[in-house]
Amino acid sequence: MKQFFAFIFSALLIAASPIKNGYTVGDQATDFKLKNVDGKMISLADYKNAKGFIVIFDCNTCPYSKAYNQRIIALDEKYSSKGFPVIAINANQGAGDSYENMIRISKKKNYQFPYLIDETQEVAKAFGATNTPHVFVLNKDLKVAYIGAIDDSPRYETGVSKRYVEDAVDALMSNKAVSVTKTKAIGCGIKWKRS
Amino acid sequence: MLKAVKPPIFQRSLIMIKCFFIFCLLCLATNILHGQKADQIKLKDLQAVLNTPAEQIQVINFWATWCAPCVKEIPLFEKLNTENKNVAVTLVSMDYDLDPNPEKVNRFIARKKLQSKVVILAEADPNLWIDKIDKDWEGALPTTLIVNTKTGKRKLVQKELHEGELEELIKEVTN
Repeated sequence: MKQFFAFIFSALLIAASPIKNGYTVGDQATDFKLKNVDGKMISLADYKNAKGFIVIFDCNTCPYSKAYNQRIIALDEKYSSKGFPVIAINANQGAGDSYENMIRISKKKNYQFPYLIDETQEVAKAFGATNTPHVFVLNKDLKVAYIGAIDDSPRYETGVSKRYVEDAVDALMSNKAVSVTKTKAIGCGIKWKRS
Repeated sequence: MLKAVKPPIFQRSLIMIKCFFIFCLLCLATNILHGQKADQIKLKDLQAVLNTPAEQIQVINFWATWCAPCVKEIPLFEKLNTENKNVAVTLVSMDYDLDPNPEKVNRFIARKKLQSKVVILAEADPNLWIDKIDKDWEGALPTTLIVNTKTGKRKLVQKELHEGELEELIKEVTN
């Protein structure tokens, strides 16, 4: 009987707790396998020497993605050689965000990092990505160290005063605690499939 | 010969000047009829709308001129605004972050002949205040917040809305 009540109680607790989709800082991310613009399937496990990852949910069409495009390329240039590659993922529905357009943009901008398509949107949902660009910095063990914006000035780079992603990666590289682990920004909502 | 040619040209230019003035007057008239200009508001103004008990249910839509799904769903809010007198619709433009010049928003209002109240949230660094609007909001657009200010019941929808969904949400906070 006691066990029965304990069961009911815990069931009620679960039912009462708010449903939280996606990862929060400190969670263990699950690896994925998604198709890159070159047709190859990519997993985080493929990066044997990585010390962590800068996972960015991005797209082809959003004005915020366009504003940040050069800064995303710069992040990869700065950190992939140090063991923190950028992994860009597009989960958006819609013609402008098609795989063909992803290939076109990655060629035009000469992406040196993978730009993966999340056709089922399962990875975006697992991470809890909502915006583009939406960054998840992971450590070597795929533990989420930072979630949010790249910096605090989407309009122009010269206005940046806080480089959230760089600060988080720098902290991880020097085995320090990440000081700002979560930020919020206005952005384009990920275009979900209609359920 | 010269004298004979001059008057028609003169007349023609007179007609053109007249046309120009009529065109200007028409522009002015359309501007007066549909010339809502969006007020630039601060966070505290928006918080006042969310927290001051009012008879009407507050329907707050966060949008931007560059956001295609936002533009697509705006007719639903326009329809609600004219048809349901028990709700107050406010279209809060978030354009300021990428473009602090209000002109694009005002041109959009004129082009779409928007009748609902449109305001521009003119605040920098959204990371400092997104949580103060709703702690569950991630900042993605479009987002709609429906609040019964008398009971504090609220619904936050962080995606594009479709026909009939607004009415359901309003029902949920009304009872």
